[in-house]
Amino acid sequence: MERIPILQMGDFLLVTIQVDMHDELALTLQDDLSERISKTSARGVLIDISALDMVDSFIGRMIGTISGLSRIMDAATVLVGMQPAVAITLVELGLTLPGVITALNVERGMKLLRDRVQSE
Amino acid sequence: MNILKSGSQPVRIEQDVVMARQVARKLSVEAGLRLIDQTKLVTAASELARNTVVYGRGGDMDWEIVEDERRKGLRLTFRDQGPGIADMKLAMTDGWTSGSGLGLGLTGAKRLVDDFSVESAPGEGTRVMICKWT
Repeated sequence: MERIPILQMGDFLLVTIQVDMHDELALTLQDDLSERISKTSARGVLIDISALDMVDSFIGRMIGTISGLSRIMDAATVLVGMQPAVAITLVELGLTLPGVITALNVERGMKLLRDRVQSE
Repeated sequence: MNILKSGSQPVRIEQDVVMARQVARKLSVEAGLRLIDQTKLVTAASELARNTVVYGRGGDMDWEIVEDERRKGLRLTFRDQGPGIADMKLAMTDGWTSGSGLGLGLTGAKRLVDDFSVESAPGEGTRVMICKWT
């Protein structure tokens, strides 16, 4: 089965979405991530969507769910790299991703996660 | 209005939703839409294609590159022979869903395009037309 790879970097999990995801693939990623957070006791998840040229309500909902469930499992999720056209479209669609932490790029996202862990 | 080019694309299974948005992207580039408008149209197409598969039990996406005196556009029509929409007013309400979605598909798609129309009756399927102009 097709899967989106999840990399571990110390306390954090790193996901780079580089394919146009069909709905089932998005749901698989959601399940895989929750399992990996539990298995690795990760403190943070970084999701890089800079390669996505479109985020619709389904993918948006998946991002929100991942962010919510990781919070419940004591890990923070940071979404990075959203293209400007995608951001404008998402807002117009009616999806503002409440509660999801975002950063402009991977570097800033990693810094956000590290700062969070250090401040605890 | 002239139709410069037209075709059709099956929207039957989940993977067809991905195909539909890739086709919509390619055609919106060809029609000369700017990036932000391409993204809006492709996102609207994704929402409507999913509706066609999930609620309409599968159907087709007809596409046309059109032009009038001043501009070009891409027009997409999603049609299915599914159960149809019984209460159009309710279906066009933000946040309302008959399924498990967010209820943003139809209303969100409408906000993202220049022209939008929907025809449906119980038992007679649904037909949603969207168009984005340059």
